[in-house]
Amino acid sequence: MNGQNTLTVNGREIEINGEKNLLEVIRKANIDLPTFCYHSELSVYGACRLCLVDVDGQGINSSCSMKPQPGMKVKTHTKELRDIRKINIELILASHKRECTSCVKSDSCKLLEIASKLGVEDVRFKQKLRGAGIDRSSPALIRDMDKCILCGDCVRACDEIQGIGVLDFAHRGSDAIVAPSFAKQLGEVECVDCGQCARVCPTAAITPASDTEQVWEALDNREKVVVVQLAPAVRVSLGEMFGYRDGENVTGKMISALKHLGFAKVYDTSFGADLTVIEEANELMERVTNGGKMPIITSCCPAWVKYAEQYQPEFLGNISSCKSPQGMTGALIKNWLPGKLGVEKEKIVSVSVMPCTAKKFEITRDTKDIKDVDFVLTVPELARMIKEAGICFDELEPESFDMPLGFKTGAGIIFGNSGGVAEAVVRHLTGGDGSHNDVLPLRGNKGIKTKTITVNSTEYRIAVASGLKNAKELLDKVKSGEESYDFIEIMACPSGCAGGAGQPVTHSETTVALRGKGLMESDKMLQLHNASENPWLKELYGSFLENPGSHLAHELLHTHYKSRKRFEGGISLIQSEGVKKKISVCVGTACFIKGSQKLLDRIVRHVSVENLADEFDVEATFCAENCEKGPSVVIDGELIQHCTIDKVKQAINDLR
Amino acid sequence: MHSETHVNAVRKFAAVCAILEKYEYRSDKLIPILQAVQEEYRYLPEDVLAYIATAIGISPARIYGVATFYAHFALEPKGKYVIKVCDGTACHVKGSTPLLDEVRKKLSLKNKQHTTDDFLFTLETVSCLGACGIAPVVVVNDEVHSLMTPGKTSAMIDDILAQERVEDEQHA
Amino acid sequence: MNSMPDLKKIASEYDEMYSQVNRRVIICAGTGCMANGALKIKNEFLNVARLTGLKFETELRQEEEKFDLLTGSGCQGFCQMGPLVTVEPEGIFYIRVKPEDVAEIVAETVMNGKPVERLLYKGSAGKPCRTVNDINFYKKQTRRVLRDCGNIDPEDIREYIKRGGYLGAEKALREMSPVDVCDEILNSGLRGRGGGGFPTGKKWALALSEKNDKKYIICNGDEGDPGAFMDRSVMEGNPHAVIEGMLIAAQAIGADEGFVYVRLEYPLAVKRIKKAVETALDYGFLGDNIFGTGKSFRINVMEGAGAFVCGEETALIASIEGKRGMPNPKPPFPAQSGLFGKPTIINNVETLAMVPGIITKGAAEFRQIGTKDSPGTKTFALTGHVVNTGLIEVPFGTTLREIIFDIGGGVTGDNGEIDPEGFKAVQIGGPSGGCLTTEHLDLPLSFDSLRSIGAMVGSGGLVVMNRNTCMVQVAKFFMQFTQNESCGKCVPCREGTRQMLALLEDITEGNADENTLVILENLGKAITKASLCGLGKTAPNPVLSLLRYFNEEIQTHVTQQRCPARKCKSLMTPVVIEEKCKGCGLCIKKCPVGAITGEKKQPHFINEELCIKCGACIEACRLDAIAEGV
Repeated sequence: MNGQNTLTVNGREIEINGEKNLLEVIRKANIDLPTFCYHSELSVYGACRLCLVDVDGQGINSSCSMKPQPGMKVKTHTKELRDIRKINIELILASHKRECTSCVKSDSCKLLEIASKLGVEDVRFKQKLRGAGIDRSSPALIRDMDKCILCGDCVRACDEIQGIGVLDFAHRGSDAIVAPSFAKQLGEVECVDCGQCARVCPTAAITPASDTEQVWEALDNREKVVVVQLAPAVRVSLGEMFGYRDGENVTGKMISALKHLGFAKVYDTSFGADLTVIEEANELMERVTNGGKMPIITSCCPAWVKYAEQYQPEFLGNISSCKSPQGMTGALIKNWLPGKLGVEKEKIVSVSVMPCTAKKFEITRDTKDIKDVDFVLTVPELARMIKEAGICFDELEPESFDMPLGFKTGAGIIFGNSGGVAEAVVRHLTGGDGSHNDVLPLRGNKGIKTKTITVNSTEYRIAVASGLKNAKELLDKVKSGEESYDFIEIMACPSGCAGGAGQPVTHSETTVALRGKGLMESDKMLQLHNASENPWLKELYGSFLENPGSHLAHELLHTHYKSRKRFEGGISLIQSEGVKKKISVCVGTACFIKGSQKLLDRIVRHVSVENLADEFDVEATFCAENCEKGPSVVIDGELIQHCTIDKVKQAINDLR
Repeated sequence: MHSETHVNAVRKFAAVCAILEKYEYRSDKLIPILQAVQEEYRYLPEDVLAYIATAIGISPARIYGVATFYAHFALEPKGKYVIKVCDGTACHVKGSTPLLDEVRKKLSLKNKQHTTDDFLFTLETVSCLGACGIAPVVVVNDEVHSLMTPGKTSAMIDDILAQERVEDEQHA
Repeated sequence: MNSMPDLKKIASEYDEMYSQVNRRVIICAGTGCMANGALKIKNEFLNVARLTGLKFETELRQEEEKFDLLTGSGCQGFCQMGPLVTVEPEGIFYIRVKPEDVAEIVAETVMNGKPVERLLYKGSAGKPCRTVNDINFYKKQTRRVLRDCGNIDPEDIREYIKRGGYLGAEKALREMSPVDVCDEILNSGLRGRGGGGFPTGKKWALALSEKNDKKYIICNGDEGDPGAFMDRSVMEGNPHAVIEGMLIAAQAIGADEGFVYVRLEYPLAVKRIKKAVETALDYGFLGDNIFGTGKSFRINVMEGAGAFVCGEETALIASIEGKRGMPNPKPPFPAQSGLFGKPTIINNVETLAMVPGIITKGAAEFRQIGTKDSPGTKTFALTGHVVNTGLIEVPFGTTLREIIFDIGGGVTGDNGEIDPEGFKAVQIGGPSGGCLTTEHLDLPLSFDSLRSIGAMVGSGGLVVMNRNTCMVQVAKFFMQFTQNESCGKCVPCREGTRQMLALLEDITEGNADENTLVILENLGKAITKASLCGLGKTAPNPVLSLLRYFNEEIQTHVTQQRCPARKCKSLMTPVVIEEKCKGCGLCIKKCPVGAITGEKKQPHFINEELCIKCGACIEACRLDAIAEGV
């Protein structure tokens, strides 16, 4: 060992190798110091005070915030440190709602794990709960602030990974709480449902919403035929909940378990993914040929779509009109399947198992009476159902997916990885099977990946972003003209769906990568790797849809988007008694940037000067949901786009 | 005719825009911005905060977090007369608690209530105004009152109420 | 804008103008005296001047004829005696001046130089003191930082310059290198006066060694300790000393921008500092090409928004960055990575105000007073049960006895009268500090001596407590304060102080048991080690200090459920109301522990040490002559 670059941990010499903090060096020395608020992908917060160590000459300090220095003498478990850690946990437990036996995170709660590891037997302090109540306003996530330990991981995840900042600390001291703006409920604010907050939460303060009861109800109902579709990323993560190693493909047993639970048919969302490839590639070609809006941006990630509707309205026209694979599969389940199975549409209950919380939001976009997908389950929800039914997962004999919606090529499976959609489309365009080196730059867990491919002397510039902050960075460059692309894949979760919030909770940093690897291996193991080769897709088009982009395909498999306001409300400026015509000026970001504030100023002056306050109220609102064509002003219910003061004056005159 | 309230609303909003301009829409100037806006409105209305968040490019949760962290910022409207009773060490030792009790009793303030129902008075405790030599200290709208007793405090409130009645009569 | 202000010229011009001054009236205009009506006094002087035809100017300027000058000064520190008026050149010092006294002061003192006896301070044995040099409170102090507070008009920069102001900055910028400046301050042994006691020169050297083209100086004026107003007085009374200190610090580390962060609860200080910054800019002491050296330095003044924790360095930085004032782990230290990630030096107001003197007079001179580990002087805010409350400055090494009895004039009872045996304890360092008792009265105060007994200098608050004080209530009061001001980020402070407060409440409510004190101590010690920042680390100090020095008192609360000082309402033993008691003896019979004694027909007496608060006596008495704990 090079004595120049080492420090000692409990007397043992350990080499320093570019680790960014002392904690990582100590973990390298095989001592797993407990932490709540430390995540290698988030900024250092230093608040939980569990990773304290005693450094000779420096005293006791948090190891996550210290740089490793050669020659440091570190002790990790002196009596003092052990006592401090215990007291820390006791203090947390004293303000934590302890319903561990019935808590949904009892098998993966970090607080429980650390308390147990540290041997905390007694909580010597008084119980002091916030009494905040449970927030179930969001279809995707549940918040229970009596289980929050204020580690701030969710705050930093939403801010640093997604660049949104829905949650932040509010108030101070023992009144401090993690809250959306103005203490509103999660469903009322600009949350995109990606669930990254839940992914990093060490307790059950934020967890995916639960739809298990409704699914049980459907399964119990003899009148119904319950079918289920499973996302690609699910088959390489479900095993983690039954003791299998990270990333192992348990498809066969998974299907068997579902059959045991009572699902009539088990289908594969990867089939829908293959379908998406065809439809989307077709769309891409159409745009290229007809000069349509470029680049085309993927639409399979519902959190990205919501984010775009709220924050990137200029790109709404770029997003592919294709539904997500879940959406497409669901549409086929309710429209193609009845004919195939001889079952009425009304009798079918369509369930999906997703690695994702935003999928629970996605199905609420469906406003039809008979929805394409009725319920979404996360992987832990499915695992709990299997356990509740007493099914011995490990003993099951593997079974296969049902047809016609159960066959997929490798292209459909890799959708679960960041870069997978792009690669699948590339394979389709080039006729490749994934073995060509061309697609390698699209793989891996880098936040932004790019590659240009050539097909028949046409160049396609491809970009892949995962994590919404990275997405914004990429789109900003496209907006400014600094970079330009033809096809962009965007996933809200870093590393793609394999790392989604609907996956089993993991505290290991390698799990997500291993799941991704599992998907690539599954791809290799399959017979076919190119979506266009899927025989069942050919059957689908041949007997039902006719062609990619056909009228029926558009009706069932495509959708549209619209600007979405981030929060309600506005500022009333001129308001008096009586029935008035209202002038609402949007001061949301997009319109604000286009000068709506100054326009508002001039409108107010106009109304005051011309003595129109008896007939018109003026208010500033936070989003007229017409972001692309701002400044937007609504006068007496009618929207004026690209508004100017002259247009307003004209409209006022017309109304009088 | 324009009502006084809407002229005020417009003027105040224009003031917010001017404040944002003055601080160049910089998010690191958030605290001085909020201080100036609170000067204008006497508290921080929710919709104005949302507007400021949009204008300076930060999330509304963050602006709410800052506004609720600092004791000076009020998210509820304050009364016309803000009574601050100092509860610093010296004032405490010299008897600030009886003063607080007296004010609460006199203004019929319920448990966690800070502002009277008619929005005339707001009661706050401050931890040390640095006037320890003349403890106990009570400040009403920046006017410092020294060596206070419950009796003097009660009398001070009576004076204000009398003043308010006179003004009301003048306006009627 | 002057880029080469000629200090000598300004001083000599000042002298010339001043030669026409006949007499000068200085009215103390610190926050305390302003509250007590200093403005009314000033207006009355102008009024009287008008009526008597005297020429009273409120600003020094060139006059052809002799005139009298009327100015305000910063806090003179003798707060309970205000409003204070001094008449120069005789230095006649009046206390408790009322508007109706002004006419006499003008007639006797301003016009004729004769004192008005009844308005003079009476020392021991009622001896009238003509000037501050005759008053123990003042003459026992060594006023360095406060030397000019109380004399100069803080809004007139020329007075500051006349007293040697900005000479230090000129020397530092024109004749010294940054390394020289750091060395000089290091050699002086100056230690941070905000509470940390870290060697200032060492801190500056750290920042100097960082290679970065942007560095900051921040003056920490967020003096939040309840009971402390030293920094306020310096900012109100001599703001230019602070600015000059910052300018020298900027030279030392290579900064071109600075901030003064002032509590918003100090509106007068904010006003004076802002004005001083403007004036300094006008005169060329701030801005570009200062003293013709090509160096720039600009100061922004920012007001706090009501968070004690923002007195902590990293929390202060977060506040300036527009965020919640939550501290960050150290290291990295602000000197390495501070405001906006740049090397930043944060110094206390008093520390900065001492810097110019060190540069002009030298490190050796600074070391001549004080102690070896703590050279120089320290300001203290002396409050509580002491005759003379106010702001004082003494060399390190001074003992508590000298401060409380010589300067402070002795300990008082609750009624304000001197109580020679009344001393119980003095809280030093506010909510972060501990209490000192009779055994420490002769301890020479310094950073190290206090640390060795488990206390700290802190920012300089000294609260004297008489024998009627319940030390448990005091600890609880400070814990409530800390709990209120905790930012809530780290577990030990947020949850730990809350639980400590709950335990203290148990004690004062009579719900404690033998485990309470053990848990309290263990918890307190854990919090001091585990907390993220200084607020949390020092929050348990009042309690730990209580357990160490007043163990018996707290044990009595726990085991006997009794408050010896009779301040904890739930623990009070009943008392016989002598006027009502007819001495019938019924209560003596009923008392199960024989705690009541008394002769027939004489008022009886309940021994509180034996009483178990069962209430039988209250029930038995037919005359309502026994009251519940009062």
